[in-house]
Amino acid sequence: MSANPGATVVDLPASASAGARRMILNMGPQHPSMHGVLHLIVEIDGEVIVSVKPDVGYLHTGIEKTCEAKFYQQVVPLTDRINYLDPLSNNLCYCLAVEKLLGLEIPARAQWIRVLLTELSRLNSHLIWLGTHAMDIGALTVFLYTFREREDILRLFEAVSGQRMMTSYFRIGGLAMEPPLDWLDRVAAFVRAFPEKIDEYSNLLTGNPIFINRLKGVGYLSAEDAVALGVSGPPLRASGVDIDLRRDMPYSSYEKFQFQVPTSTEGDTWARYEVRLVEMRESTKIVQQALEGMPDGPIKADAPKIVLPDREKMKTQMEALIHHFKIVTEGFDVPAGEVYQGIECGHGIMGYHVVSDGTAKPYRVHMRYPSFATLQALETMCKGRLIADLVAVVGSIDIVLGEIDR
Amino acid sequence: MTSQTLSGKQAVLQAIPDHPAIKALLAWKREALADAKFEFGELTLTIDSEEIRAACSTLRSAGYNFFEDMTAVDWLPLSPRFQLSYHLLSFAFKERIRLRVMVEDSDPEIDSITPVWPGANYFEREVFDLFGIRFGGHPDLRRIMMPDDWEGYPLRKDYPVEGYR
Repeated sequence: MSANPGATVVDLPASASAGARRMILNMGPQHPSMHGVLHLIVEIDGEVIVSVKPDVGYLHTGIEKTCEAKFYQQVVPLTDRINYLDPLSNNLCYCLAVEKLLGLEIPARAQWIRVLLTELSRLNSHLIWLGTHAMDIGALTVFLYTFREREDILRLFEAVSGQRMMTSYFRIGGLAMEPPLDWLDRVAAFVRAFPEKIDEYSNLLTGNPIFINRLKGVGYLSAEDAVALGVSGPPLRASGVDIDLRRDMPYSSYEKFQFQVPTSTEGDTWARYEVRLVEMRESTKIVQQALEGMPDGPIKADAPKIVLPDREKMKTQMEALIHHFKIVTEGFDVPAGEVYQGIECGHGIMGYHVVSDGTAKPYRVHMRYPSFATLQALETMCKGRLIADLVAVVGSIDIVLGEIDR
Repeated sequence: MTSQTLSGKQAVLQAIPDHPAIKALLAWKREALADAKFEFGELTLTIDSEEIRAACSTLRSAGYNFFEDMTAVDWLPLSPRFQLSYHLLSFAFKERIRLRVMVEDSDPEIDSITPVWPGANYFEREVFDLFGIRFGGHPDLRRIMMPDDWEGYPLRKDYPVEGYR
């Protein structure tokens, strides 16, 4: 492990007096700055952190086990509940994995809408991160600003899927339904106004001396440590490793979009703030491109035995009705095999590992979520720093406990 | 890279002998590679269960620098019962490979790969917690999701979905 600049070197129990000053502090699971139910067992020497041991599992609901008892299409709503701040990325990753097993060809329009919504979902995730992170540091106003825009995004989700948070809008083989008629115009209006809103956040924070002092040089993570500990997403890019699966291993037509991947070599909390701020601007550009080039055509794959028929057809055509009945009551068989699909979600590399035994229920579904791995780097980032820095660091890695505990 | 399905070590070695992961493994220890498969555009390499740590460190030096994921699959009642899947990502080749290791039912234990990638720590703890597979040389092998005094391993196939009542 490389040295953490600015960190106090704490000597491990050398003298009796040092041991006497040590204290174990439980932060969380009920603590306003712990972003959910994160429980940190912190050993401190005065104000200086000696060790941090995360204790997770408070939100464990056994989703992986539940998946094994559901039909493939019934797993989609479960995925929303894992990373509940970035619901459409969960849907996308699971659907892509199962579609890979099935060998389904997804129509261009569905892929474009998927990209558009995943980017809105990323903005949603980053807005919550920015609001709560700034609030942890003491800048309360930003929270009100970011939640104003988040509300707009949630309304867009609601219009398209009927749900604000648990969208389940991407289905195996395409989308649940065609978006409402004026929906694309509403998205266009949102992205037109959004870059200015990012400037507003930036005006509140980037020049703010308190914010700068709390973030700059805090929570340093070297590129080497970040890779070794499995850190991904904005924290990894802020440590100078230029990897983004959207660009490097494209899925769902991302190769047809032009965007920059921001990186920084600073590796501190401030760098993570800057990287995410630029990412929000890039996401806006992707949404704009998706709107401009939105193809026409179907939103579901041509696979009547897998994709539910249109409501209209179901009520007028015997065959469609039979397919509908069969899919709902018996599911559909998926060829045996195992696949892994990785995508870049708001927090980093998300992966779904789906194993099929040829039946209508998945034999095993495992999810790799970025926060689970990133949490391991917490101690490296905080060791030898003040306890107040811990709050800044936890905020900067953008942790969601739903995706850690699953 | 090919898009067809290749099953069996022979077929894979013939079709993609220049694949960096295969090349590195063969150069290191030919017999450690038990089986190989190329399916759905993904390469799966079955490794001898004794050799997993050394295989990981070989692949790490061969460019597969990022440990992405690891988990287990319970194939009850088959023998060997447990399959461990490791997913490694190469930032340089922009490519992912899967290592597959089979572990026996009775007293399942395998070497931990935390000396190669410290980031595998939580993933191995999760497999230990939910499948009851022990990892030799793991620095902190405790339950992670379930309470410490929990009985049974929930993700095993003989564990009911509703739990024991």
